[in-house]
Amino acid sequence: MKEPKQLMVSAIQNGTVIDHVPAKNLFKVIQILGLDHIDNQITFGTNLESKKLGRKAIIKISDKFFEDDDINRIALVAPDAKLNIIRDYEVVEKKVVEVPDAITGIARCMNPKCITNFEEVTTRFRVVSKKNVALKCHYCEKITSQENMQII
Amino acid sequence: MKNKSLVSIDDLTTDEILKILNLAEGFEKEPVQRLLEGKVIATLFFEPSTRTRLSFESAVNRLGGKIVGFAEASTSSVTKGETLNDTIRTVSNYCDLIVMRHPVEGSARFASEIAGVPVINAGDGANQHPTQTLLDLYSIRKTQGTLDNLNIFIVGDLKYGRTVHSLMMAMSRWNTTFNFIAPDELKMPDEFKLYLENLGLRYYEHNDFTEIISRADIIYMTRVQKERFSDPIEYEKVKNVYVLKDKMLRNTKPNLRILHPLPRVNEIHTDVDRNPKAYYFEQALNGVYTRQAILCALLGIK
Repeated sequence: MKEPKQLMVSAIQNGTVIDHVPAKNLFKVIQILGLDHIDNQITFGTNLESKKLGRKAIIKISDKFFEDDDINRIALVAPDAKLNIIRDYEVVEKKVVEVPDAITGIARCMNPKCITNFEEVTTRFRVVSKKNVALKCHYCEKITSQENMQII
Repeated sequence: MKNKSLVSIDDLTTDEILKILNLAEGFEKEPVQRLLEGKVIATLFFEPSTRTRLSFESAVNRLGGKIVGFAEASTSSVTKGETLNDTIRTVSNYCDLIVMRHPVEGSARFASEIAGVPVINAGDGANQHPTQTLLDLYSIRKTQGTLDNLNIFIVGDLKYGRTVHSLMMAMSRWNTTFNFIAPDELKMPDEFKLYLENLGLRYYEHNDFTEIISRADIIYMTRVQKERFSDPIEYEKVKNVYVLKDKMLRNTKPNLRILHPLPRVNEIHTDVDRNPKAYYFEQALNGVYTRQAILCALLGIK
């Protein structure tokens, strides 16, 4: 019998696997982490079945290890993401993302009268609530809540 | 405070606020002091404002400084499409301090980050107007002799009024009791009430204030604007409830003073003007002393 053809995202020897990324936000995660600008080998799969997320994406980056501060930047778009740190094909560490205390860039301020929506100003927020994420704009001081959040 | 910008009242510690109020007292005693001799202050008013601009310019003149700037955006390079970024970077080469009013919220914080000189926010849209708050605090302390344990009535538009939000946040540092008097459509937003609750401060909300006015130390009046109402009938119903008349002041405390950020339309009847408890025009004069103090503090002169 012929073996069923399988499409799979191949294993990596060393690097980081980011799992449980919502499929619709895969490219945002890639953008936030700057994966479109690095030379490392990257494989990803998307629209994979997931009981938790419906459709998930997975990203495998060879020879790349993230600092917590860097990886937490994806918390707004992939709050349930899980990281596996791989050394010599073995998972040596697991990490979850945490919403950071401050966010620079990434999100847009929902206040149409805010300076960040008029000029070239990088947005800056203080996270005032982590559970239902709410961001207070450093400039106009208005709150942007999860349901109004737009990722730049 | 030297070389610091003043964008929001929260930028100042309580000690810094008191230092400014004490400096302002000195300027009230001796308004003409040539402390800004040789200094150039830029007043950039991207949005017209008579009182704030004139009182800043008066403050600079009394201190012997010089003013450059514009009173409305149409006479500036904004009409040629210049960004705020470029205007601020350029103007900060020409002056020792920038006073700015701009209709866009957060514009003052942004300006303070790119200017090489201190920036004073003279109003950024509906966001902050800290020099108004400081002159309000000065007026309250001067008329009451203290900022501690006062009962402050704030009347009118408590939903959109930036001056009342800043004043409330600032006064919450001195164990204030607040009475908020507003129509339902213009009530104090929950986030501010929550802020007071977290501090353990008392506040009361009312739709009308004729019954309770005798408890007030300060009545801070604001304008109920017709355009804030989605239903014009609602406005007609409430518009006369929030008008202060002289006869309402009969049984009030002797130390009561009435404040208003001005301009007034009809929310304080002109018959109140003759009452010694009316304080809004003196309050405007205090704005000059307070701004003299702020200018000197941020330039490190006093």
